[in-house]
Amino acid sequence: MTTVISVEHLSKSYRLGQIGTGTFAYDLNVWWARMRGKPNPLARIGEADHGNRVGEEVWALKDISFKVNQGEVLGIIGRNGAGKSTLLKILSRVTAPTSGEIKVKGRVASLLEVGTGFHPDLTGRENVFLNGAILGMTRAEVARKFDEIVDFAGVEKFIDTPVKRYSSGMYVRLAFAVAAHLDPEILVVDEVLAVGDAEFQKKCLGKMGDVAHEGRTVLLVSHNMGVIRNLCAQAVVLEQGHISAVGPADDAVSSYLSRLASTVNPEEKFRTHRDTGKGFRDIWFENSSGRTTSAICGEEIDICFSYDMPERMVFDWGLTLYNHIDEAVAHFGSQFSRRMRTALPKRGTILCHIPRLPLPDGRYRLNAVMQVTGKNVDHIIGAAYLDVHPGNFFGTGQIPPPASNKVLVDHEWQVQEETRE
Amino acid sequence: MTSTSDSVSNLEPEHWDMIIGPQRSLFDLRLGELWRYRDLVMLFVRRDFVAFYKQTILGPLWYLIQPLLTTITFTIIFGNFANLPTDGLPDFLFYMSGTVIWTYFASCLTKTSETFVSNANIFGKVYFPRLAVPVSVLFSNLIAFSIQFAFFLVFMAYFAVTGADIQPNAWILLTPVLIFMMAGLGLGFGIIISSLTTKYRDLRFLVTFGVSLLMYATPVIYPISSVPEQFRWLILANPMTSIVEAFRNAFLGAGSVEVGQLAYSFGFMLVVVFLGAVIFNRVEQTFMDTV
Repeated sequence: MTTVISVEHLSKSYRLGQIGTGTFAYDLNVWWARMRGKPNPLARIGEADHGNRVGEEVWALKDISFKVNQGEVLGIIGRNGAGKSTLLKILSRVTAPTSGEIKVKGRVASLLEVGTGFHPDLTGRENVFLNGAILGMTRAEVARKFDEIVDFAGVEKFIDTPVKRYSSGMYVRLAFAVAAHLDPEILVVDEVLAVGDAEFQKKCLGKMGDVAHEGRTVLLVSHNMGVIRNLCAQAVVLEQGHISAVGPADDAVSSYLSRLASTVNPEEKFRTHRDTGKGFRDIWFENSSGRTTSAICGEEIDICFSYDMPERMVFDWGLTLYNHIDEAVAHFGSQFSRRMRTALPKRGTILCHIPRLPLPDGRYRLNAVMQVTGKNVDHIIGAAYLDVHPGNFFGTGQIPPPASNKVLVDHEWQVQEETRE
Repeated sequence: MTSTSDSVSNLEPEHWDMIIGPQRSLFDLRLGELWRYRDLVMLFVRRDFVAFYKQTILGPLWYLIQPLLTTITFTIIFGNFANLPTDGLPDFLFYMSGTVIWTYFASCLTKTSETFVSNANIFGKVYFPRLAVPVSVLFSNLIAFSIQFAFFLVFMAYFAVTGADIQPNAWILLTPVLIFMMAGLGLGFGIIISSLTTKYRDLRFLVTFGVSLLMYATPVIYPISSVPEQFRWLILANPMTSIVEAFRNAFLGAGSVEVGQLAYSFGFMLVVVFLGAVIFNRVEQTFMDTV
């Protein structure tokens, strides 16, 4: 395996002072105040005074090193502000690093956005050529692939219409089609898969897969953990400018999610009906790597709680998941789904296993209630929270759109041909 | 496969096609890369041309209306009211020649000075040699200039037929050089200003004002011969002076043309372009952090 990208001790700092105030007059003003030993007249109250001082730095990336082999699809994940965009910008040569370097073998094309440079007044045809050239293709290269691009985008009929008359879907499809037909040895992609309708997304994912199979190297930044798991063999997790994990995509994703979980602020719990000695001790979510507050759509998750009772007895419980608009989307209740209602030990932990979480991405609240002989003994509102990330629920690589799915229903299609003439 | 290496160390046993490092050297201007992106330059030109007249009623006619209106205004104000001398040429032709030539330089300068600020969106998303944008501006303006210049020639022919004293001469052969010089000066000043505007937006307002002020320091609305002797050096220090005068001399046969003056302007142009390219090159690497 040859290394095609070698990132060596890469750092990028943004020097706040260097940005200045944007106008010469204000810069002078700040400078004059400092000369007289006065505070920065333009600093906002309650904010750190960044003024014009040199040396105040924010490190967007700090000493990052990793290598990418030829043909590898590497995922880059991390929270907002972790340094993903900065890394991409340096790779795309939009901005220069502060220190360190990236060595590259082969031609790099980066897609930080689709349709960069599209001009609304130009026709689809003209924009394809312009956008292709902006992305580094020659006129001849675009001309050679033109039919393929138009076909991929499915806009044959409108290719000589100005793109300002396109629907946003057509616009995005055409823009992606140009990008998808670049022939770089290395492709750097940022979240562009989140565009277009479901059918087109599938095409894009397929195209990405093809690119990878052709032995080209892909760097993919995405918030979509399902896509990262599906497409990437390896992943790098960035956290506050550092690499916090690197390795096989599955491990990296788990590591990222568990770190995410540990940083989420615990939210207020509201408890009613507490009978002394009867009720929940703790409620949490769990996956194969332990406690978590996040899950991936279509993957397994356990809801767990521990309880205390005065003695071995029969009792019931109900766990309800609410979505972000406070609709109850799923109820897990012992009265309904537990077949044997036998007496349980006085202390214990109960685990509810969900093999394939059928919920679209979003934040869910868990309310928990415990009953003895039909009477509430404990009731916790907001007992736990679960952040569900988009995932590959149907196994097609498609992310079911949350807008049309409150809950995902597993299903199959059957086609029956009618042979009758 | 294209090679865009900043610096490939000889000690490095492996071959890397590209090394993205901190600052590149000041003089590493990557003009070869600009050449590889020549298709992009031409597509920018096309885009600007199409975008200029799309959704206008008169379309490309505006290229003619602009200089015509300016010329008429100048003829009325400076020719009739102020009665400025015109070296014996018809007022209209004198002002038109000045306007058409000046417009090319001024629009090259103004447009290129907006490079970073008005393209921040594209520059923030994709890499291509940033010089492609200002260079394409020179060509877009050249299209406008050619149309306007042809228009000027039409008027020139009309005045010649109606008996005005116009003597085009062999200096006409120098026209491509003069255009090149104007483009160079416009580009050089423009990219210096555009590099500075990434930090100081104030400069944008100064540009419009400065360019019109500079026009009065150039023999556009008056011939150099009418400038009093003690101020003449000041006007001659302006590198545009000899270009405008040489143009008038070549096509209309009035005005002074001195090889020494032209050489001065040419040298001035080279220095400004080089300085501009170096500053631009420095700024383009980090300007996304400040815009």
